[in-house]
Amino acid sequence: MSFLEIANLQKFYGPNHVVRDFDLTVEKGEFISFLGPSGCGKTTTLRMVAGFETPSDGIIRIDGQDVVNLKPNQRNIGMVFQSYALFPNMTVAQNVGFGLRVAGLPKREADARVNEMLTLIGLPDLGGRFPFQLSGGQQQRVALARALAVKPQVLLLDEPLSALDAKIRVSLREEIRRIQRDLGITTIYVTHDQEEALSMSDRIVVMNAGVAEQVGDPFEIYNKPTTRFVAGFVGTLNTFDVVLDDPARGLVSLDGQVIELRRKVDRPKGTSLSLAVRPEVISLGGGEKDDSVLKGRVTEVSFLGSVVRIRLAIGANVIMLDTFNRLHDHPPKVGETREISFPTDGILI
Amino acid sequence: MKPTRLWSWIALAFGILYFALPLLGTLEFSLKMRRGVYSLDAYWAVLRDERFQATFSYSVIMALFTIVLGVLLVVPTAYWVQLRYRNLRPYIEFITLLPLVIPPIVVVFGYIRLYNTSSILPLTGSAMGTNILLMFGYATLSLPYMYRAVDTGLRAIDVATLTEAAESLGAGWLTIMTRVILPNVLVAVLSGAFLTFAIVIGEFVMAALLNRPAFGPYLQLIGANRAYEPAALAVIAFAITWACMGLIQLVIRFQKHTKAAR
Repeated sequence: MSFLEIANLQKFYGPNHVVRDFDLTVEKGEFISFLGPSGCGKTTTLRMVAGFETPSDGIIRIDGQDVVNLKPNQRNIGMVFQSYALFPNMTVAQNVGFGLRVAGLPKREADARVNEMLTLIGLPDLGGRFPFQLSGGQQQRVALARALAVKPQVLLLDEPLSALDAKIRVSLREEIRRIQRDLGITTIYVTHDQEEALSMSDRIVVMNAGVAEQVGDPFEIYNKPTTRFVAGFVGTLNTFDVVLDDPARGLVSLDGQVIELRRKVDRPKGTSLSLAVRPEVISLGGGEKDDSVLKGRVTEVSFLGSVVRIRLAIGANVIMLDTFNRLHDHPPKVGETREISFPTDGILI
Repeated sequence: MKPTRLWSWIALAFGILYFALPLLGTLEFSLKMRRGVYSLDAYWAVLRDERFQATFSYSVIMALFTIVLGVLLVVPTAYWVQLRYRNLRPYIEFITLLPLVIPPIVVVFGYIRLYNTSSILPLTGSAMGTNILLMFGYATLSLPYMYRAVDTGLRAIDVATLTEAAESLGAGWLTIMTRVILPNVLVAVLSGAFLTFAIVIGEFVMAALLNRPAFGPYLQLIGANRAYEPAALAVIAFAITWACMGLIQLVIRFQKHTKAAR
């Protein structure tokens, strides 16, 4: 039996069906991310697990116990909020020890646990400070320590890094993952940042319009998206329309240029198909022997530091590719006609 | 000096004169009890008066009970409106504004009619009952100020998230209210409390019509029969009000966790 089970979860707000037919099983110690655009239902699902929202229907079980009818303070769940939610009237140590005091832990044990938590988050000397005396990153670490202090069964994090600047975000996400691994705590992490989800998670649930579109590990989600939404939402994707010339051999044409799919396509000849290729799969130049090669006119070159992003026009289609910035390899100039290539197995239909 | 600045200074000077001159006049008059010299005779006469001590003590005690009632009534109400029933906010605000538009004399006549000795709840039949009735009346009068002060304080913090954070840590409603919400709106509650105190100390109509020995009717009585003492009492009343305001500022200053906001 899985540690956390969510089955047929539904949530209605009036006529709006915001979470539908949501099923998920999470193993003990697993790190799961809910990834999706704003309003897709990921936070609502998390809040139903926390007990802040009541499901319209469905089951939520933690360690075999149905928790749907339990109040949030009876679920033994740790929650970290986007806005930190530290109690402004309490010091860092008092914040971290709040749950322990509520649970009636003796002062000596509570103090020891608070110190342990502050050491875990790397702020052992800041126990006497008030939240307003800390940076955003420090406040979020304290919020994490406070949530972990009570030894929750499940840790829930609702976009905890959204309010922080880019550098702190990267370092803190690594720290969250380290702490999660060290403690082996089952974690659900809500984010709309795909990089965060891809880099931290054991598995990702990609959500759209209240539905879990795909559940899988980061590699699977990125490289083998099962729906058009997942393919478009996770990572950057070039999509272009081609005409099927030879269904048996998998030959399609894009503005008169032939692409070999090397697989049989069960569609009639002349059908319009949508192909998708990730920018990093495409190379500038002829490429390997079996690669598909296309020719196009360079319309834009964006220098992004370590990466150079190039846009090419092939008829009415614009294809974007990313190449590494190399010291002796100058990027093409706008207006030039250049060849691009990509392996056939990098094409998503 | 730019013309616009000049006008600003003129407006400010006019405002100060408008408010300060009557006060200065009252203060100066209160010091003139002894012919030809300034003295504190009027103040001593007032402070030595047993009726002053009795009525002032009565009003202070009534003010304290009114504050407790107001806090118990307003803080949970404003908290729930902020947390769960935001759609009720316009109605609650309307209700809390009613004491400003309904004259106290109407309220107190309503009380007398509803709670007289021949009613189901004959509160006016005993001194204690009438005191309780007067306390409710005072709480009604101070409702607009108390509610606004507390509501402003609650809006300044993220009530919903703090509540959820506390809940997720195992806290129940009483713990959340007493250890999370109340300490974070303490300054607002104290503001409301001091405003309530000032209202109760100077209130006349309700106390007079309910025939209670409060400070307001005593002020009126002295004003009708004496010359200098009413001026001294007015200055004392102002001093009390200003002391209340000063206390609010002191509390804000000594609240460690609010320093960042200033």
